[in-house]
Amino acid sequence: MSHHIVEVKNLEYCYADGTTALRGVSFRIEHGESVGVVGENGAGKSTLLLHLNGCLLATKGEVRVGDIPVMRETLRQIRRSVGTVFQDPNDQLFMPTVGEDVAFGPLNMHLSPDGVESRVHGALDTVNALHLRSRPPHRLSGGEKRAVAIATVLSMSPDILVLDEPSAGLDPQARRRLISLLSGFKHTKIVASHDLDMILDLCRRTIVMHQGAVVADGPTAALLSDRNLLAKSGLELPLGVQNCPVCGASPSASAIPQI
Amino acid sequence: MTRIDTAISDIDVLDRLAAGVSPIHRLDPRAKLIVTVLFLLTVVSYRKYEVAELTPLFLYLAVLLALGRVPVLVIARYLLLACPFAVLVAVFNPLIDRQIIAQLGPLAVSGGWMSFVSILIRFVLTVSAVLLLLACTGYVTVCAALDKLGVPRLLIMQFLMLYRFIFILADEASRMLRAHSLRSPDGRGTSLRVWGSLAGNLLLRAYDRGVRVHTAMLARGFDGKFRPLPGFHWSIADSLFVVGSSAFLILVRHGQLATRMGRWALELSA
Repeated sequence: MSHHIVEVKNLEYCYADGTTALRGVSFRIEHGESVGVVGENGAGKSTLLLHLNGCLLATKGEVRVGDIPVMRETLRQIRRSVGTVFQDPNDQLFMPTVGEDVAFGPLNMHLSPDGVESRVHGALDTVNALHLRSRPPHRLSGGEKRAVAIATVLSMSPDILVLDEPSAGLDPQARRRLISLLSGFKHTKIVASHDLDMILDLCRRTIVMHQGAVVADGPTAALLSDRNLLAKSGLELPLGVQNCPVCGASPSASAIPQI
Repeated sequence: MTRIDTAISDIDVLDRLAAGVSPIHRLDPRAKLIVTVLFLLTVVSYRKYEVAELTPLFLYLAVLLALGRVPVLVIARYLLLACPFAVLVAVFNPLIDRQIIAQLGPLAVSGGWMSFVSILIRFVLTVSAVLLLLACTGYVTVCAALDKLGVPRLLIMQFLMLYRFIFILADEASRMLRAHSLRSPDGRGTSLRVWGSLAGNLLLRAYDRGVRVHTAMLARGFDGKFRPLPGFHWSIADSLFVVGSSAFLILVRHGQLATRMGRWALELSA
């Protein structure tokens, strides 16, 4: 199943105004892995994610999804296998009703009407949003919008899911539902977030970015309990790893996922 | 601002009505669209002093209103909202065109006043007809029908996007205005300079939003072609609706229906 691999080699990217957003980023993500990308604001997380589906093309270096290099000529194939959920669901949901929005991707894949219908039904069912199908997106709550945004991507049955800040702006229960939804997916997952506790729950591996470069890449439990590393990268220990704020007791071993 | 706000968030009142069930709702959207266009053409084809001849057209609206179970108040509210534009267009006619063309008892009526009334009647007829179409069909379905009838996809895409993002834009604008008003507690009006920067900011935000939405579309395989969901069904009822309505419109336009009805009413009362 080599086509579920994401490989980034010496990736560099400069924005048009001259800001260097990525400096020599390299990593390789295997099939079925779930990887967190963390770092302070402006560390280059979103820029990196935009390279994985070819919305941005490398200034230098290379991005490969499976056996295919991400280039202008391969965008069609790349975008079929990489599904991106953007940070603001309002950007993702641009059709007048939820059903049409979820159907947008499958229709662009030239599926038959029956095929589109079954994809839409399946995707909305997966995120428990079938009842929202005929609603306009602007009438949905934040959590519903997020769920539907994920469905719009699932309906294209991607091999790889890329999520930018999926838990931003959600209330605690909606966030918990999202985490259990995502942890049920078998896809290769790449999740950029400041929500380190979610990364701790969701990803076995984490890539820490700082000023456009990868400063650490390894098991989540080890990296996210490394106070010095996190402090240097503009982050702090996730709550699940910190001592209890009331009694000062250290977290039980069960809070940290065993690798 | 708040009032524009509510007006915008109320736009989908029509969409909620469109989810209803009625003989009119069941018609093929293309049939309703064709008839509405014919109706509009009929209304604008009258000469400027014709008033009485327009009145039978209200019958058509009344029938649609009743069969489609659309509350009159909803239509009236939107008419009221749009009426300043129509009044502005018509208001100078009585001042410019002072020639007397009719005598209503002791009242001499000038051509200007006739055309003023005619413009307002046309405004009510045309806007209500479009509102009724939306209330019995829904905005998105009307767009799909336009597509099936051959209107360029790019244009339809714009209609749909407009409908989706006007809410977000209005939301953004109202948040900016709220932020502004919270930091100008003396409550004096917004200065022109501040208005300029608010409007400019809104434009920039809208532009950024546009870029992000386009990115999201590309990520889901958008290739410049827009593919709406298929699925309309033309039945005999639709053909009957189009033929019947056209016959009525022709009768009104060329059969002097208003005069005949007037005469008939006179004979009845005699």
